[in-house]
Amino acid sequence: MADSPLAGHLPSKTVDEADEQPLYVSRKKIYPQAVKGRFRTIKWAVLFVALGIYYFLPFVRWDRGPHAPNQAILVDLANSRFYFFFIEIWPQEVYYITGLLILAALVLFLMNAVAGRIWCGYLCPQTVWTDLFYAVERLIEGDRRERTRRTKEKATLEIFTLKLLKHSIWLLIAWWTGGAWVLYFADAPTLVGQLLTFQAPPIAYIWIGILTFTTYTLAGFMREQVCTYMCPWPRIQAALTDEYALNVTYRYDRGEPRGSMKKNDALKKQGAPAGDCIDCNQCVAVCPTGIDIRDGLQLDCIQCGLCIDACNTVMAKIGRPENLIAYDTEMNVQARIEGRPEVRRVVRPRTLLYAGLIALVGAIMVAALATRHTTDLSVMHDRNPVFVRLSDGAIRNGFTIRVSNKNLEERRYALGVDGLQDARLDIVGGQLDPQGRPMVVVGPDQTLEARVLVTAGDAKHPSSTALRFTLTDIASGETAYANDHFMAP
Amino acid sequence: MSQETHGPVDSVTGVTTTGHSWDEIQELNNPLPRWWLWTFYASIIWAAAYCVAYPAWPLVSSYTKGVLSWHSREAIETDLADLKSLRAGMTAKLAETPLEQVGQDAELFTFARAQGKAAFGDNCAPCHGAGGAGAKGYPNLNDDDWLWGGNLAQIEQTIRHGARSTSDQGHQGSMPAFGREGMLKRQEISQVADFVRSLSGLPVDQGADLAAGAKIFADNCAACHGDKGQGNQDLGAPNLSDQIWLFGSSKTAIMEGLHNGRGGVMPAWQGRLDDTTIKALTLYVHSLGGGRAE
Ligand code: SF4
Ligand code: SF4
Repeated sequence: MADSPLAGHLPSKTVDEADEQPLYVSRKKIYPQAVKGRFRTIKWAVLFVALGIYYFLPFVRWDRGPHAPNQAILVDLANSRFYFFFIEIWPQEVYYITGLLILAALVLFLMNAVAGRIWCGYLCPQTVWTDLFYAVERLIEGDRRERTRRTKEKATLEIFTLKLLKHSIWLLIAWWTGGAWVLYFADAPTLVGQLLTFQAPPIAYIWIGILTFTTYTLAGFMREQVCTYMCPWPRIQAALTDEYALNVTYRYDRGEPRGSMKKNDALKKQGAPAGDCIDCNQCVAVCPTGIDIRDGLQLDCIQCGLCIDACNTVMAKIGRPENLIAYDTEMNVQARIEGRPEVRRVVRPRTLLYAGLIALVGAIMVAALATRHTTDLSVMHDRNPVFVRLSDGAIRNGFTIRVSNKNLEERRYALGVDGLQDARLDIVGGQLDPQGRPMVVVGPDQTLEARVLVTAGDAKHPSSTALRFTLTDIASGETAYANDHFMAP
Repeated sequence: MSQETHGPVDSVTGVTTTGHSWDEIQELNNPLPRWWLWTFYASIIWAAAYCVAYPAWPLVSSYTKGVLSWHSREAIETDLADLKSLRAGMTAKLAETPLEQVGQDAELFTFARAQGKAAFGDNCAPCHGAGGAGAKGYPNLNDDDWLWGGNLAQIEQTIRHGARSTSDQGHQGSMPAFGREGMLKRQEISQVADFVRSLSGLPVDQGADLAAGAKIFADNCAACHGDKGQGNQDLGAPNLSDQIWLFGSSKTAIMEGLHNGRGGVMPAWQGRLDDTTIKALTLYVHSLGGGRAE
């Protein structure tokens, strides 16, 4: 061990030791300390942008004309439509949602390949809301020191008042979180009015209740336990990451052996190795999951970078260079110890693959959206009877057609059929267009179902002839096709 | 006993064991998690409260009713009433719109056909088939051949009062049993059967005496089926010159009909179905494909 290049650099507690915790421990309450710095600022910015979007997006309007809602993002369950700015999705097009989910997963993988659990530290809703709740707590009950002290004090009226205030504000945030959620499912301004006058549908109150409860408990009480015990991502992530992914890393090559400033100064004077870490525990104090990053990369670390900010403040104070803790890789720590050059590779097969897949899925979705039809035709052959013989010996087949008009104005379509020479087409209850073709009129953003009869003379027909139905928008000429068969004895 | 519940202290965890040992694996005497225990208590309270509130316990000839007096039958009735009130607007509109005019209102027409389709499935499908395709002896409602007429009013009359039914307003008239009653001899039946087949262009037996058949037809059948076998919808006499044969077009099938007579029965639905449902049914059957304008 003595001649290992690691001698004198190893963290005080090895990862193995850290693993030897009892399997069952009751929760240690964590009082993370406030911190200032680059990553904290980024986190604030992300928090404001993300919550701003979440809380106010339902109020953004988007004019779609007289027949459709003018809410930019709306999940219209009653009419099974999903509106997203200029996109309107029908139930049979939910594969767009599938595409979006695939994209989201790939982006998460890419983020992971580049910088580990960066999603967890900055963007995950659990992190964002917990951060907000911590901020409220600090504002009212004070920072780490005051809160730790208070837990030891006897309950006084003052403490009780502060707690009451904190929980009220928490509940208010939680309630508004649930409130914002339901606004995505109905016209937001109307629903707000209904909610205030208690006229909203019960389901709205139920959902607000559910989300108030989950926000309040998850962000107020469960906090980091969600990340360490409940969330599957740390486990999956651990299997997906590799040695090039950047992680919040304590550079023990530079920090160890750690010791108080005095002790390390003395060591330095003797010419003995001394690290930059002054064992001030600031990095532990600020950590929202209550861990010591100097124990190495661990499952509980959500990569929020707050310990980097804390340590950088300390380094500035003692006049040492920044980034004793930094986004780095264990591999580079080793490399520096062994005198090899550092490796930083963002472009690697893994990231290229993810990026490529993202581009591919994105391109497919854009292409699908761009070539999206605004008319849909589907045809279903009658099964009982498959065909009918008429009194003059002619053969007739019945079909049910379904025409979807995805445009926001009423459209008239002429229906035709090819494939059978003497075929005659009738739409039950239908009309004729000026040229005498059978016609259907479909309202804006609606689907029409109609019964269609195809009759052919009594000439001998093969038992099955391919048919092609053609639906043409009389005004624009847009055409939709559907294939089926004409059956005969 | 104490040995059982408070065994020796486990050296690793510092927790007493229960004293149970399986292959030297011991069970720690840890308390149940508090949240679990509370959930358990809450479940007990819930169960007790449920028994008080809802029907829960069987008695000898009845059951405990529960203080909320909730009843599954009532729940269904409420649901059905809700459904009715949901449809009330359209149903009322359908009730007051004359039969001939429903087709002009696309939305109402769609509603009527949907309602008619459901009623058809419940009441008519056993004989006429789910899609109205019929079967031997049960008319196909998709074709354009009608025994009692295929315009809206005629179809409604048939549904309302039936044919050869118990209703005195129902269609009457049946095919006599020419053979069994001794009105025609077997050879005459064979001759007229050949003639009838020739009316709709079907091949006849070699050497068949069509002239004799025509004579028998004129004397016995033309009164109902018409001179040319074109049928008569007032009497429910089928058109014999078309391609559609309710009981089959083979010579055997025709001779069987001549010998034993025919007379399918359609029940009267008035009184069993309400007027609006009959209206919806009429529109549905008419729209199957064979309905006549006049
Ligand atoms: S160790 Fe550092 S980066 Fe990881 S969760 Fe704690 S403060 Fe955040
Ligand atoms: S904040 Fe920096 S100096 Fe202080 S204990 Fe953590 S790593 Fe060491």
